[in-house]
Parts: sequence; structure tokens; C-alpha cells
Amino acid sequence: MERQLMTGNEAMAEAALRAGCRAYFGYPITPQNELLEYMARRMPQVGGAFVQAESEVAAINMCYGAAAAGVRVMTSSSSPGVSLKMEGISYMAGADLPVVVVNVARGGPGLGNIAPAQGDYFQATKGGGHGDYRMIVLAPSTVNEAAALTQLAFDLADKYRVPAMVLADGMLGQMMEPVELPPFVDVGSLPPKPWALSGAQGREPNYVASFALDPYDLRELNRRRLARYQQIEAHEVRWEEVQTEDAEVLLVAYGTMGRIAKTVVRLARAEGTRAGLLRPITLWPFPYGPIRRLAQRIPVVLTVELSMGQMVEDVRLAVEGRAQTPFYGEMGGVVPTPRDILQEVKAHALQRGKHEAGVRPA
Amino acid sequence: MERSVVFAGFGGQGVLLAGKVLARAAMDLGLHVTWLPSYGPEMRGGTANCTVVVSTDPVGSPIVDAPDVLLAMNGPSLDKFEGRVTPGGVIVVNSSLVPRAVTRKDVGEVRLAANDLARELGEPRAANMAALGAIVWAIGTVPLEAVKAAMRGELGAKIGEKAAQANEAALEQGFALGQKTNLGT
Repeated sequence: MERQLMTGNEAMAEAALRAGCRAYFGYPITPQNELLEYMARRMPQVGGAFVQAESEVAAINMCYGAAAAGVRVMTSSSSPGVSLKMEGISYMAGADLPVVVVNVARGGPGLGNIAPAQGDYFQATKGGGHGDYRMIVLAPSTVNEAAALTQLAFDLADKYRVPAMVLADGMLGQMMEPVELPPFVDVGSLPPKPWALSGAQGREPNYVASFALDPYDLRELNRRRLARYQQIEAHEVRWEEVQTEDAEVLLVAYGTMGRIAKTVVRLARAEGTRAGLLRPITLWPFPYGPIRRLAQRIPVVLTVELSMGQMVEDVRLAVEGRAQTPFYGEMGGVVPTPRDILQEVKAHALQRGKHEAGVRPA
Repeated sequence: MERSVVFAGFGGQGVLLAGKVLARAAMDLGLHVTWLPSYGPEMRGGTANCTVVVSTDPVGSPIVDAPDVLLAMNGPSLDKFEGRVTPGGVIVVNSSLVPRAVTRKDVGEVRLAANDLARELGEPRAANMAALGAIVWAIGTVPLEAVKAAMRGELGAKIGEKAAQANEAALEQGFALGQKTNLGT
């Protein structure tokens, strides 16, 4: 397949169109603007609907409408804008509507800055909106993977009737890399959506809402939702392992930090430290099982993030005390170099070596 | 093998495009490559820059603190990035606009009058390609022919054959000037 140079923002937009996305609603914010611009140009060419809404809140609620009508629909924003979409995402989760939300995350909290950051992990994976719901969260680490996961997000959102998020960051959005775009999906060949509000002539009307006044009714809806979430947890966990077989220090990192950690593994091994990497690709469902399995034989599990420490809580839940679980983070949009992290890896490997040799820490 | 380049200049000097042409050449050669622009508010009226990393291995970080090679198309870019170049690296200075020399003693300097060279070729917009020619020489791992092909792929259809030839000549002359430069290392 032909490779081409694209920014992450462009690649996610083009991949969405190829996945059959025929409605996009957005509102500008750096560093995701190129995604919206690309959609403005390309969506009319494929016969879809593009609206630059008056706000992020309007955009996500336009998604609600399009999704209810059965259309593959997407919105995108960056951290502060995604916060504004949270109410709408909760409503769509409550109405069992598929939608793809792209977050090209930036430094925070608040207005923060426009540099890459991973401070939105909790918001994405722990229910940024109100109520009892889950959202599939996919974390690309390259432009090529951003395109592939955008397409996957549409398939999973439709299959399980849930919102799905692609959690990228400013670096992935802005950078260009070679990308092999997925093929165009024939929209007519996508699985039918018998629940959609497609016109009730000749059939019973469908009902799409996130409202059930009777507690027993809502409990029943939530039980069915829970069953679907359990299916997702059973079948859709995705991760990548790099040289974990003989590792003495296991790095756990996703997205931008995941790709940097790959270089760290290479540098560490060149200097004689057996590092390995587990890179979660789905942040929800989180790869608890694979991390737990590795922690049974790797004594140090080092989580690296562009945050104060968010995913590390899930890593510690996975490890359950089987290994040491140190954390290394950078904040505010600062991206550490591979060498910065290498020092950390070597320090933990050294400490471990002393411990095994019976030397007590001073 | 990994080589990193920062392309820096005023907005409009074509530094982002020069970086993109290099990235495309590297891609066409089957190498791993990243291109990352500065996307902050500094782009408005200030310096624009991009970082290109070319490698035989997957590129971990496209953000580079100490590039191997720097292109300074204007004075502010040299002031801003001179201190960051890795020792033993090369700085290509656009001497059409930057009167001062590189002050560091641990890096090589290529002085290239990119705007004058482009004007003499009858295509003033080709200054960035002249500079890219010298950059390609300084990197040493991407053949000039691949860069010429990438330039045609990127620009050929838009600028026409005459301008494409001028851009090719600019690439060649920039490269040749690099070859002639004694870096004293």
C-alpha cells in the first residue's frame, strides 16, 4: 500500500472518512484544528455533513442527533473542549449511541497550554461525565496507528453501541509521519442499525433517550449496559509488548510516552540493562491481565506518563503488590527525552541489583 | 543510525516545506522519519521551525533537544538555536540575511547565501531548496537524488517544469557548497 506523509490530525480525519464517517461536528481549538479543517474540505467530497458548531456543547449534541439517526459520526477537540463535551458523552452513553470523540490532548488543567500532555487519562477512562458508564479509549503512539485506531473506534462504537474515544496529544496531532491509510469502507455494507431513528413507516417506532424515570427500568438498562461492558473487557483489550521475555525492569507507557519508551528499551539494553515495555493500546478496557502476568516475574514495573501520575493507579491495581511500582512523570507539556527516562530505568535496575545482593538501602 | 535536523527561519521562508521535502525523501527510501512543526504562538511574526528526525530504527521522540544539524535562515533563528546543536554537529547559515558567524567552536559552519543563489537562478523562492541542499550534504545519509525526486513530488505539479528545474539546481548548488566547505574537524 502507498505510504504518505500526513499529520496525525489529517490522518485521523481521513481514516474516519474511510471508516464511513458521514457526519462531523466540531469547534476549533489548538492543537486539533487541522482535523476540523481537513473535515471541512473533505466531508463534502464524500457527500457527508460538516458543521462548525457554535460551541463544543453544540457539536457533541449534534453528534447525538446524527448517531440516533444511524450515521457514523465524529467530533474532535482538545482537552478544555473535551471537558465541555462530557455531558453530551454521558447522554450518548445513556442512550446507547455510538460516537467517536478524538481528544488531541494538551497541557492542563484549565486553559493550560497547547503542548502535548497526558493529563486527561482520568477524564477519559474513569467517567469524565456523570453517571455509571464506560467509554472505549484507544491510545495511538504513531500517526499510522492514529489512523488505524480511528477506524477501529468506529467499528467498536457501533458493535457495542458505546462512545469511543481516540486519546492522542498535541505532538501526535501536529507531527507528520509516513502512514498507510486504511481502505474505504462501503457505507452500504456496514452492519444495519435496527434501533436507529430511520423513519418508522411500516414498523414499530424506535425510542432513543437516556431517560428512564422508574428505578427498576433504569436498573435493567444499566444491567444490559454492564453486560456489554463486560463483553468489551473480555474481548477488546489491546496492548503491545516489547522485549518483555527476559526483562528486569518493565516500563508501562502509552501514546507519545509509549513510543519514547521504546527508544528507552533499546538504549537500556545497549548499556546492559534488560528493560522491556508494555504499551497499553486500549486504556479502557485496560490490560490488567497482561500486566499482572508480567509482574509475577519482573520485579520492577515503572510507569511513565506525561502527568502527575494517573495511569499508574491502574498499573498498581494490576500489579497488586507483586512488584515494585515506581512512577516517573513530566508535566505542563514538557516531554522528557529518552535519556531522562533511561536514567530512571538504570537507577531502579541498580537498586534492585543491590537489593538482591543483600545490600540494604542507606 | 539517527540524524536530527532543525529547520528555522521567518514564517514564509519555506523552512517547514524544506523539512517536509527531506522527510518525504527519507520516507521514499524506506527510512523511519518524523516531522514536527513548532505550532505555538511564536509562529505569528516570529520564527517558524520544524524538526526532522531520520532513522534506521523507529523514531522514539520527534522532539529533539540537541539536533545534529541546524538550518538558520535568519538571524533570530541562529540566536535561538545555536546553543542547542550537538557538539560535532553542523550549522548551515543563510549568509544572505545573517551577517554574523557561528560563535561556537565545537560545531561546523556552512555559510550559504541562499537568497542570492536563488535569485541568480531566476527563482527567488528556491532559497529554501538551496539551503536544503547544504543540509542534505551535512546529514550525509540521504542521497541528493532522493531529495530531488521528493521535491518534484511535493512541488512539481504546482510550480511547473521551469521552476522545478531551478529548485533542482538550487539543491545541487547548496549540496556542492557543503562539499567545498572545510569544517575544520
